[in-house]
Amino acid sequence: MNRQIARLMYVSLALVGALVVMTTYWQTWAAAGLADRQDNAIKRVAEFSVDRGLIYSWQPRKRLARNVERDVGGRTLFFRRYPQGELAAHVVGYSTVARSRTGLERSLNDYLTASNANLSTLVDKALDELRGKPVKGNDVVANIDLDAQEVALEELGTRCGAVVALDPRTGKVRVMASSPGFDPNLVEDRFGQISRITADCTPAAPLLNRASAGLFVPGSTFKVITASAALESRKFTPESSFVDPGYCTVYGKRVNNFDTSRPFGTIDLSSALAYSVNSVFCNIGLKLGAKQILDTAKRFGFYERPPLETPADERQSSGLYQRGRLYYPRLDADVDAGRMAFGQERMLVTPLQMAMVAGAIGVGGDLMEPQVVDRIVAPGGRVVRIEHPVLVRRAVSADTANAVAQMMRLGVQQGTGTAAQISGYSVGGKTGTGETGVPGSNTTWFIAFASRDAESPAELAIAVVLQNQSGTGGSTAAPIARAVMQAILQRTENP
Amino acid sequence: MTARNRELFGLVVASLIAGVALASVTISREAQVSAGAVAWGAMFLGLYLVAHVVARRTVPYADGALLPLTAVLTAFGIAINYRLDSDGGGRQALWVAIGVGVLAATLIWLRHDYRVLESYRYLFGVAAVVLLLLPSVPRLGESVNGAQLWVHAGPLQFQPGELAKICLIVFLAGYLREKREVVAQGRLKDLGPLLAIWGAAMLVIVQTNDLGSALLNFGIFLAMLYVATGRTLYVGAGLALFVGGAGLLYTALQHVQDRVTIWLHPWTDERVYCAVKGTLEFRQDCASYQLVRSLYSIANGGFGGTGLGEGTFASTDGTPLIPYLRTDFVYSAIAQELGLIGAAALLLVFMLFVVRGMRVALRAQDGFSKLLAAGLTFGFALQTFIIVGGALRVVPLTGITLPFVSYGGTSVVANFLLVAGLLLVSNRANELSSLQGHRPLRGSK
Repeated sequence: MNRQIARLMYVSLALVGALVVMTTYWQTWAAAGLADRQDNAIKRVAEFSVDRGLIYSWQPRKRLARNVERDVGGRTLFFRRYPQGELAAHVVGYSTVARSRTGLERSLNDYLTASNANLSTLVDKALDELRGKPVKGNDVVANIDLDAQEVALEELGTRCGAVVALDPRTGKVRVMASSPGFDPNLVEDRFGQISRITADCTPAAPLLNRASAGLFVPGSTFKVITASAALESRKFTPESSFVDPGYCTVYGKRVNNFDTSRPFGTIDLSSALAYSVNSVFCNIGLKLGAKQILDTAKRFGFYERPPLETPADERQSSGLYQRGRLYYPRLDADVDAGRMAFGQERMLVTPLQMAMVAGAIGVGGDLMEPQVVDRIVAPGGRVVRIEHPVLVRRAVSADTANAVAQMMRLGVQQGTGTAAQISGYSVGGKTGTGETGVPGSNTTWFIAFASRDAESPAELAIAVVLQNQSGTGGSTAAPIARAVMQAILQRTENP
Repeated sequence: MTARNRELFGLVVASLIAGVALASVTISREAQVSAGAVAWGAMFLGLYLVAHVVARRTVPYADGALLPLTAVLTAFGIAINYRLDSDGGGRQALWVAIGVGVLAATLIWLRHDYRVLESYRYLFGVAAVVLLLLPSVPRLGESVNGAQLWVHAGPLQFQPGELAKICLIVFLAGYLREKREVVAQGRLKDLGPLLAIWGAAMLVIVQTNDLGSALLNFGIFLAMLYVATGRTLYVGAGLALFVGGAGLLYTALQHVQDRVTIWLHPWTDERVYCAVKGTLEFRQDCASYQLVRSLYSIANGGFGGTGLGEGTFASTDGTPLIPYLRTDFVYSAIAQELGLIGAAALLLVFMLFVVRGMRVALRAQDGFSKLLAAGLTFGFALQTFIIVGGALRVVPLTGITLPFVSYGGTSVVANFLLVAGLLLVSNRANELSSLQGHRPLRGSK
């Protein structure tokens, strides 16, 4: 029997040996993947023993997230407080025991808990652990202009909507506001108060960051892209003239202008954008075809998640949607190009994306990566990571961008966007009113850029969206854009 | 050095480990070194000295490594139980003391010739079946985590499966010693018992939902059958029957299906129906959260572990994050606090135990003793594999205990019986070989 017993011993040892192998697998190879999982409650709770890095706003430099120490069962734990409350709630997010993390608290967790694979961070952390001191995380400085952010939220008030403002030369995001907001300090213990928040829309969804994850019908703001596609195709110039009968015929059906009582008659492309004439863009769309317009949209960043530092699932791609999924047509005939050209037809966009569009037009066609983080700093003050401007791509030629920019300036000087004029600056903008057919439930837009004068590149780009409005983009969204832009531009004048 | 002196030395080392483990728990808890750890190390040593003295008198020739290895495993067990729950650590220590008492009593009782057990083999067989089915008796059994493993009798509660395992091994050792020639010939009527045991294993699954216990007992049966007959064909046929039967049960029983689904797909990207809450949830938040939390706990340990007493097992408000931590998932706790180094060391101790146990089987001189020692050792190894493999997602998760480490009285006592068996077999084997004038293996008298 001894031969069998010896074999049985090898089998037994192999069984226990397999356990050693699998323990090694989970503790080394698979550990990083498991640590990143959102449902990993062990890791999440364990990280409360880290003196988490603070999060600051850009100007004025204030703490957006800080820690309070508490002794729990003999261990010092660090819990989050958000001194600015609702002000930057969506960008900063929250870090709680009960409800996981969102915003920068989630996407920058590795830095905030000093578990990023940066050599000096690793050394610091190991020293802290050896000394028995709590590990201290890296601090984050965000690009948010807190004063302008406050203006944006005040202007939005109880209305549902969002504001995104960024510097199109660098991509630095100065304002990212979403309404209704929430107080992140309530998430841990008093979440019920957040779920009872109501606003002028249902569901109120206060946790949703409408600025980057809200999808809205772009309405006439999409005409900026159609106009760009038209000029890029070289089939049209700003002076191309059209006859506006007050409507456009698509598949034998009439598509009306916003105001059918006053047809514009003969009109050129510049004025058509400034006065937002649907029939003109409808005909351009039919001439170009859906795919050519969509390809221009892609160059502006549609069909990809904008590369912001917030978590991927808090950013949405803009584009055509079908049954809740992003959809790119196989054939031109699959899409109603005429209606798409002025922003209807299943087209859904985020405010962040539209701010990027306005910005690229304002700076001569360069699309910059939007960045909400300025720098990450180690406890000693040493800079761990600094964000440099990154060019995504040249979206359109400088000629096209400058021509479209002039049309948008015309729109603010005398067209639909006069409410956004700012003295001392040359503002170009485009209004949008996404009609749902139900009165009082329009989605209104204003996207704009501002420069010192008509020749210099834009310093600021903005997108404002409002849900459930009865007015137009020009009357509802443009004043908000103006107020927020003024708040930011004042700072650049008197820094 | 004689076997007993090596045993004494090993026990001193084990007691040092016990003291250091307890000290590191108290240091992390109270931030100071307490004298309690020294006292505890001394108590631990005193306890095992009782076993040692009894062993000197009753089984002087027995293997000298088994008792120290047992002591190390129980030291691990008491320390981790104490760390997870101060009262639990005390109770576990009490159970170890009772286990040592049972060990001593068994050694004294069977000191002349343990082979008398062979004549009661059918009694042990019946006892094994009765014990296995006991939890499914209405009003006596209690369902824990979907499987019926426990029996309540007044204030007393115990897991009869642990004792059934020992009884089954004694029965099989006796039965196969007697019938091994005829069974090896492979006549159909001699294979009857094989089929009967296969049927019993299936019945246990159906009756108690206890997949782990069925797998364990059937695995022991196949291994002992192989040792007795040397025919791999039986092992293959047995495995095929088990897999076939389990496959049938899989299609018939929802409980088995759920276990396998959890094992294969613990994470879902979309919400699936959650029977417990009656809503749509991610599977990792519902059916498979125990397994997933176990993996998170193990992964959080990393290479060096968080340190004893520094692991995360409860939320900041004290609610536990891992269910059945001290019983089913004790390995996940150890792997988090001691890391890969500590977990591998623990598994190494299990491996050493297996090697020593199999060595006892190899050196034994009669068929009953060989089968008994091989069966006990393999049962020990397979049980370790099934429970730790469950926590590591190697096999579907089942609710059996990790020998000497998991919290639980029955388990500790049953495993001390197992050690007693190995000591008795090895004593006789070594005594005989020294009487017959064989040169003893190095180091053993």
